[in-house]
Amino acid sequence: MAVSIPLTAQIAPNRAQSVTRATSEPSVIRWVLTGVAVIFLIAFLFLPLGVVFGTGFAKGVSVYLASLREPDALSAIKLTLIAAGIAVPLNLMFGAAAAWAIGKFDFVGKRVLITLIDLPFSVSPVVSGLIYVLLFGLQGLLGPWLSDHNIQIIFAVPGIVLATIFVTFPFVARELLPMMQAQGNDEEEAALMLGASGWQTLFRVTLPNVKWALLYGVILCNARAMGEFGAVSVVSGHIRGLTNTIPLHIEILYNDYQFVAAFAVASLLALLALVTLVVKSAVEWKQRQQLAEQASAGEQGVR
Amino acid sequence: MSISVRDIQKNFGKFTALDGVSLEIPAGQLVALLGPSGSGKTTLLRIIAGLEFPDCGSVEFDGKDISERTAQERRVGFVFQHYALFRHMTVFENIAFGLRVRPRKFRPSKEEIRAKVNELLRLIQLQNQAQRYPSQLSGGQRQRVALARALAVEPSVLLLDEPFGALDAKVRLELRRWLRQLHDEVHITSVFVTHDQDEALEVADRVAVMNEGRVEQVGTPDEVYDHPATPFVYNFLGNVNLFHGRLDNEKAFVHEPANGNLVFIRPHLLEIARQPEGASHFRATTKHINAAGPLVKIEAVTEWGAPVHVEISQERFRALQLAKDEIVFISPKEAAVFQKNGAA
Repeated sequence: MAVSIPLTAQIAPNRAQSVTRATSEPSVIRWVLTGVAVIFLIAFLFLPLGVVFGTGFAKGVSVYLASLREPDALSAIKLTLIAAGIAVPLNLMFGAAAAWAIGKFDFVGKRVLITLIDLPFSVSPVVSGLIYVLLFGLQGLLGPWLSDHNIQIIFAVPGIVLATIFVTFPFVARELLPMMQAQGNDEEEAALMLGASGWQTLFRVTLPNVKWALLYGVILCNARAMGEFGAVSVVSGHIRGLTNTIPLHIEILYNDYQFVAAFAVASLLALLALVTLVVKSAVEWKQRQQLAEQASAGEQGVR
Repeated sequence: MSISVRDIQKNFGKFTALDGVSLEIPAGQLVALLGPSGSGKTTLLRIIAGLEFPDCGSVEFDGKDISERTAQERRVGFVFQHYALFRHMTVFENIAFGLRVRPRKFRPSKEEIRAKVNELLRLIQLQNQAQRYPSQLSGGQRQRVALARALAVEPSVLLLDEPFGALDAKVRLELRRWLRQLHDEVHITSVFVTHDQDEALEVADRVAVMNEGRVEQVGTPDEVYDHPATPFVYNFLGNVNLFHGRLDNEKAFVHEPANGNLVFIRPHLLEIARQPEGASHFRATTKHINAAGPLVKIEAVTEWGAPVHVEISQERFRALQLAKDEIVFISPKEAAVFQKNGAA
């Protein structure tokens, strides 16, 4: 016994040393690893962003502004805003309804519905676009009937809106679903027992509980709706000034060797991405702050 | 308001939750639905509330069939096991919710709502916590808020699902006495679900013991404890020794396996002695003695090898001077006999 006590006493500091050594690398390795990460960030994120703005402003601010004020560019911006303006509110409703149905109820075919919601993520956007062409195009399934009634969907604004809705469908539902599932039905049942109607329960209990997740989903959905290229490219037909969205307009400009104009318009999308990031961080920060406020007030309550 | 439940049948897939349940709950009483988990007690409570609908059978309030009414229409207060407070609302807003969602012509004015909520906050002794959020309250405080929220709409019936299930032992004891007091003041017909026999026996006016989707017995706490109608009730309420034997002329024959009757004897109704005493007795060896608490609990093994639990008073224990591994004689003072099929 007498021997074992000094023995453990000797081991303890040794072990402590080995622990600090195990958690911190030699400074060379630390610098190399940090350096690689920073170089990667610069090469793949900041440099391209710099190039976009740099090339956009290469011939001065006036040229930059002129390429944004050009009629085709204005119409592309307008169309993008229309497409996102229709797709985002609709997906907000569809997504909230789907997440609500899946999160709060049990029914046959629930798994199938969850898989269907994810479908737009797993299918290539080009294929999504082609589906609409095959369905609504002149040679498509509903094409003859549509052309008889003078309704044009493909190579027109409705097709672009439909393709955008399809591609951005999962964002809101995917954000809400885990939250709704985790919260369960208790609060809704409590509201019901207190005499609240279905709508009152939805607007006073269910939605306030998921409002940050909802906002988050809407932000992501909007970013994708404005940036979507593949599916929209297939259904748009690239008619200048009519069916070009911002991403399509950029491609056309680029292919016409109008680099300055292409990058000037591209800088709009880059700007949108930056704004999205800022708003997203603000939402997350706001959510954390609210939780912290509740927690600190809780501590005061204990005192 | 009185509640009558008639011939309720409820299946979840292949599982039978309720199997022909009928129950009368007189107006103004506090009734406990007592049973092990899976006995159907919560399902029955949810059917009375209108959160679940039976496959067949009916629910009546004051003799009026309300089976077709939805939960909102029944005007029932419901307290959930995990409180189900609205997490994004303050305590005040939680309690006011039921009044705020009323159709405009039945909705009280802002001042009336504030007065009502403040009155309830006083009742649950949380006046200073009105602007707190549920996450900032302790379990016992949350449960009181849940109760106040249910009472705010002045329900005709109050239903509580395992109201103290998630609380620690001390708070639990406090809160159930408080519930009893509250009920004596408010006199609202109340039904609460519990799996804790002490809770049911202490708080309730009447206890309905449930097992496997059926009501085994209904009665006052004394009735169900002292005169259990079925072996299940005997077993579920308090500790019990089970023997295979018979009762003949007040004499209990506790070891006659071929006879096929079940003899139940509570541990405190067994007498222990060093010498053979009384009309019927059997020999046993003491195995374990726990002298902590008001009663001394003795575990022994009978001469035919079955375990038996005996509880004696501290005085008797001191007089006997019992130790481990001693031969003693045990004689029953009182016993209940059931035929194997369950009839008394």
